[in-house]
Amino acid sequence: MTKMVAATGNEAIAHAMRLAKVDVCSAYPITPATEIMQRFTAFAADGEVQTEVLLAESEHSAMSACIGAAAAGGRVATATSSQGLALMWEMLPIASGQRLPIVMAVCNRAISAPVNIGCDHSDSMGTRDCGWIQLYSENGQEAFDNMLMAFRIAEHPEIRMPVMVCQDGFITSHSIANIQWLEADAAATFVGSYRASNPLLDIQRPASYGQLALSDTYMEYRKAHEATMGKVPGVLREVAAEFKAVSGRAYDLFESYRLEDAEIGIVVLNSAAGTTKDIIDRYRDRGIKAGLLKPRLYRPFPYDEVAQALKHLKALAVLDRSDSFGGSFGPLYLDIAGALSTCAQRPVMINKIFGLGGRDYMPEQGEHVLDELIQIAKGAPVKAAKEYIGVRG
Amino acid sequence: MVDAIAIRWHGRGGQGTVTACKVFAEACLSDGHYVQAFPEYGPERAGAPIKAYNRVNTKPLRGHYPVLRPDIVVVVDATLLDCIDVTEGAPDEAAFIVNCNPAKCGDLRAKIKAKPSQRVIAVDATHISLATLGRPMPNAPLIGTVTRVSGMLSLQAVLEDIQTNFGKKFSEKVTQGNLEATRRGYEEGVSL
Repeated sequence: MTKMVAATGNEAIAHAMRLAKVDVCSAYPITPATEIMQRFTAFAADGEVQTEVLLAESEHSAMSACIGAAAAGGRVATATSSQGLALMWEMLPIASGQRLPIVMAVCNRAISAPVNIGCDHSDSMGTRDCGWIQLYSENGQEAFDNMLMAFRIAEHPEIRMPVMVCQDGFITSHSIANIQWLEADAAATFVGSYRASNPLLDIQRPASYGQLALSDTYMEYRKAHEATMGKVPGVLREVAAEFKAVSGRAYDLFESYRLEDAEIGIVVLNSAAGTTKDIIDRYRDRGIKAGLLKPRLYRPFPYDEVAQALKHLKALAVLDRSDSFGGSFGPLYLDIAGALSTCAQRPVMINKIFGLGGRDYMPEQGEHVLDELIQIAKGAPVKAAKEYIGVRG
Repeated sequence: MVDAIAIRWHGRGGQGTVTACKVFAEACLSDGHYVQAFPEYGPERAGAPIKAYNRVNTKPLRGHYPVLRPDIVVVVDATLLDCIDVTEGAPDEAAFIVNCNPAKCGDLRAKIKAKPSQRVIAVDATHISLATLGRPMPNAPLIGTVTRVSGMLSLQAVLEDIQTNFGKKFSEKVTQGNLEATRRGYEEGVSL
């Protein structure tokens, strides 16, 4: 077993990139993801990695360079946050549409204006329909593990899609906690070497990327993209099984926590899920049957499996750390509601918007949600389908 | 030895408060504990009040929010006592560690408004750091004082961890200075 170390979530990502022996890494610094590249460029300067590091003049250029390097045939990784991800947006569907297995760490941060550097999920949620695979991480350990597994999923011959690995900016990216590394040899064996299927640099077999596809073929490309995404859950489970064999740590499409016999439940992403597990344990001690579902694979969203895990509940709250403003619900709520829409029996659902712009998710917020769910499960009417919590006014 | 402890550090940007928070966490991890060390996040400015937090436990730590009920409150800069309520959330059995000269700090208990059940410990960490490191870096002595007050691990465990980690990054002189500063912080805290 490898040694336990004290490290930040950002250090965890940088170490995963080192262990994956990335060929090319192009990035532009932005808080709170900056530390990832600070650490990784130190590995490059010290000769610990042989990576070609390209520090670009903007995130748009950084993603463009990643696209070029991936099309050329390299293993490619980058990192960003917030406005940086927003500036990359134009290039994201190009990376996924050209089936380039780029791996990108995202430190989730609020979107301007007003300017804010704190955590919320508006940045990655704003890119959820760009055709990328998205994995979410509760803590630094999961960020490290997800990052290593991301290369395997992205480069799988049946998949060949870019992957985003998201974790909460500052809350886990800058927080020191116990993390267990993987030994370099075990990591190298697990991640393996990468051979691109149609690299631009293979001059014996010329290939072309980014061609025109008009109304006669474009929709077939999109259908193929959708069909490929349908294979991701199966591949993810294969990769997770191999990862468990080398690390001892088990992962699935999502985490179910005390959900099997639960009557009320919460769905929430990333670090807030850890806080919520402690709250659920306290309610369980009082005899209240509460549980949690923490999505890990958010794109593609495993609708059937999520519905099976939640449909028996009486009342369910989905906590979103971002919003789709005006009448509609938070993005996570919409996916959960969509998943349950085909179930004859399903819970009464409420949506809470929390933790925007770095507002702390305090235990009493989760407790109030559970208290409300207890009443709804007893038949009390829903006061508000969607509500902001932990907020003034 | 205790099972769990939560610490809140009050300092000013540039005093090494966050570093002290991290070094203490690393020492506790080396001693076999689960740890968290994190600053209150925001723009970083030298001289501005900052907070940092530690949680140390024999069980895995899952919560991700500021420490609300600190067992130990560390005041790295005593001038903060004039502008910040360092007692916020502190339970009846909390301990306050303040960087000041025990003989010259006046009635520190009254100034903090400490309850009779709460401990107040003064340690002249700035003086110790000037004597051992030649610089006013009160964080190293305070790690020693926190170690003693926490009851979480031995002085020897902390010194061994500092020796290992600092030895990789700093000169022998700096490492030895930090070890001496931590040892003196452990010894020279005075309960008021």
